[in-house]
Amino acid sequence: MAITLKINGQEHAVEAPPDMPLLWAIRDIVRLTGTKFGCGVASCGACTVHVDGQPTRSCQAWIGDLEGAEITTIEGLQGRVAEAVQGAWRDLDVVQCGYCQSGQIMQAIGLLTETPKPSDDDIDAAMNGNVCRCATYVRIRAAIHEAAKRLEA
Amino acid sequence: MTLKTSRRAFLRGASAAVATLVVGLDPRGAWAAGHGGDLVPNPFVRIGADGSVTVIAKHFEMGQGTTTGLASLLAEELDADWEQVRVEFAPANTQLYVNTLFGVQGTGGSTALANSFMQYREAGAAARSLLVQAAAAEWGVPAAEITVANGVVSHGDKNAGFGDLVGRVPADAQPDVVVKTPAQFALIGRDKLPRKDSAAKTDGTATFAMDVMPEGVIFAVIAHAPKFGGTVVSFDATEALAMPGVIDVKQVPMGVAVYAENTWAAMMARDAVQIEWDFSNAETRSMDAMEAEYAAAMDQPGLPARADGGTDDALGAAASTIEAEFHFPFLAHAPMETLNCVVQIKDGKVQVWDGSQFQTVTQGAVGAVSGVGPENVAIETVYAGGSFGRRANFTSDYEVEATFAAQALGTDRPVKLVWTREDDIRGGYYRPMTRHRIRAGVDADGKLTGWHSTIANKSIFTGTPMEAMAVNGGVDHFSVEGVVDTEYALPAMQVDLHNMQSAVPVLWWRSVGHSHSGYAMEVAIDMAAEAAGRDPVEFRRELLANAPRSLGVLNLVAEKADWGAPLPAGWGRGVAVHKSFNTYVAEVAEVSTDAEGRVKLERFVAAVDLGVAVNPDVIRAQVEGSIGYGLGHVMRQKITFTEGEVDQSNFPDYEPLRIADMPRVEVHIVPSTEAPTGIGEPGLPPAGPALANAIYAATGKRVMRLPMVDDGIVFA
Ligand code: FES
Ligand code: FES
Repeated sequence: MAITLKINGQEHAVEAPPDMPLLWAIRDIVRLTGTKFGCGVASCGACTVHVDGQPTRSCQAWIGDLEGAEITTIEGLQGRVAEAVQGAWRDLDVVQCGYCQSGQIMQAIGLLTETPKPSDDDIDAAMNGNVCRCATYVRIRAAIHEAAKRLEA
Repeated sequence: MTLKTSRRAFLRGASAAVATLVVGLDPRGAWAAGHGGDLVPNPFVRIGADGSVTVIAKHFEMGQGTTTGLASLLAEELDADWEQVRVEFAPANTQLYVNTLFGVQGTGGSTALANSFMQYREAGAAARSLLVQAAAAEWGVPAAEITVANGVVSHGDKNAGFGDLVGRVPADAQPDVVVKTPAQFALIGRDKLPRKDSAAKTDGTATFAMDVMPEGVIFAVIAHAPKFGGTVVSFDATEALAMPGVIDVKQVPMGVAVYAENTWAAMMARDAVQIEWDFSNAETRSMDAMEAEYAAAMDQPGLPARADGGTDDALGAAASTIEAEFHFPFLAHAPMETLNCVVQIKDGKVQVWDGSQFQTVTQGAVGAVSGVGPENVAIETVYAGGSFGRRANFTSDYEVEATFAAQALGTDRPVKLVWTREDDIRGGYYRPMTRHRIRAGVDADGKLTGWHSTIANKSIFTGTPMEAMAVNGGVDHFSVEGVVDTEYALPAMQVDLHNMQSAVPVLWWRSVGHSHSGYAMEVAIDMAAEAAGRDPVEFRRELLANAPRSLGVLNLVAEKADWGAPLPAGWGRGVAVHKSFNTYVAEVAEVSTDAEGRVKLERFVAAVDLGVAVNPDVIRAQVEGSIGYGLGHVMRQKITFTEGEVDQSNFPDYEPLRIADMPRVEVHIVPSTEAPTGIGEPGLPPAGPALANAIYAATGKRVMRLPMVDDGIVFA
């Protein structure tokens, strides 16, 4: 029996068991590949998407629980906060390999939505679950501050 | 033997071939053949009728910024507008795209910019010359009077874009290759030249191998032996085959492959396969047994890696001696994107989609395993989600696994092999575990009198096809680099090496031997400075008196970090300087401690000298990143074994550096007109010892056992 997932405003009938993690439904079935697999155990944040606006580790969310939820992936981002974050990310050239960055950006948007003017400590607390093996952390901090500044303007 | 000469000898044939290709292509053949009206003056650039400039990157992009670097070199000499330049990865073709320092098509050893510096510039200059000749013919003016800037070709009041000229290159035009002097550079050295991969990597559109799912793709995972060297006796897949989405289960040489309609189904089914393993040739030791062997080697004479003579006498006569014994664990690379690739075997040909780091080696290995031969293996290189050395190895392990998996299934559909994080952490090819004992003597005047290093580790190159590049008289240069070739003028120096044996596969890991030698040398030098009663910077300056570039970065970092300025109570400052990959880096670390003695990393200042700084902002990013990568491993990470099985499995127990650990970082670049060297690795070796020396300054504790948490350090 298909499970209906609403991803980026569009409904997808997904033929998969209810205990399939959302991550794999998004990637292997719906074929939106911007959301990444990094650990599968909620320890890296590469798979972060928004579920009803909240940053969520899609490797630990089961599709059977998500019918009716608004799921947003990096491909479906819209709005001022997303624009400010992605713009700051580009202008500061945050990325290196880039593999963690969809998750970083999804998490950062969640942070700035709740806390428009975060301190370094706020950033460290909110972003500590998102691993970047390239260690782009210095620029992640700077880009979040930059995005906050742009949102104020 | 020096590495350079042996590398060169290894490569001579291949680089000669490429030298003629850069600008020596038959001109008619070359640009007459441009498809769709494109101008294709050489294998490195294509100029479209729409004005687009496509730079063909022979090096892969794992985040180190090479695509931006290669594009800057070519666009500089072409006088292109940065906005009109895009980058494509080259196909696997060793003849056209050889790394002239390796003799194969491949990336590593911080060589990408160094071996491409003139090649990509000449390719850009050749293309520019053809456009100028086209304009000269169109306008009937002398080529010498034509100027090119920001993608516009001009003479007097006449202007043309590149796109207007691509179809008008005279058939008999010969490229006149004249490259700029450094003073003429407009893009090279520009401080904030935007990265070419930033946009795609911030909106989710960048394609990594993990994202390649061609029509009909089958997802596969492999159950590997839980001990290195183990083999399959038998397996029972009854339960796995009954699970939803599972396609098949097959034995392959390295284990059991499970095929499914999606990655998750394959992962779940793998857990349900019952496998009986044969461990008779496997590594079955635990950590204490391995460590005891390494420790015992310290008291034995080893292979002479350097023997200046007189070491024992010098140490015996010293007013005081220091002795330090360091332990460095095995380390996994753990790139953010786990190893994976897609392989399709069809009609006697193999197509590979891969974040391919060693295209030539992979073509050979996949060609051999599949039986189609290297010439029938095509590789589409895509972005790699990190590597740190792991994606380049002597056997192309994961590409070969994927090929075996496709073959075992007997399918002509594409097979996508995915390693989970557990496969990655337990998959071997680690930074070799290393023990390093240093004894040094200091005389009554505070001068070093002698230095004796004894090193035990497993050789990376011995027994591989590249052995001749690195091993001489049993000494693998990469086991002792950073010690035998130290920049310091160390008197009466002796370096002994013990080659340790194990079934645990080892590999280059970001900065290779320097990843441990930099730490041991720089902590021991600090100890020697203390024994001599000297300031650590002052002591180093004296030993670097004849090493001007190392001295230069040391002086710069000391100035920028306010060396010697007072710090708050409980803080400490440490310095380290280390040359690797012909790049010179010095770093100063500042740490604070709280009432419980917990250490917090506050600030790092780095000074680097890497010759011409092609992309200063990419250089800063690489130094920031390699400091972070180095620190995470020095602080908390290790791979250990219990009865041959790896104890760690995923990020919860192989704890990576996280944002809250990351200090502030400042990077200063020494202005230089020397040929550029690499920066993907050299920022790493000084990071660990600078931290260790800062911790010592703050707490009085010398950290000799890594990771630091195993030596009693608690991080805030
Ligand atoms: S893949 Fe979900 S947190 Fe790592
Ligand atoms: S940019 Fe490579 S892991 Fe974050």
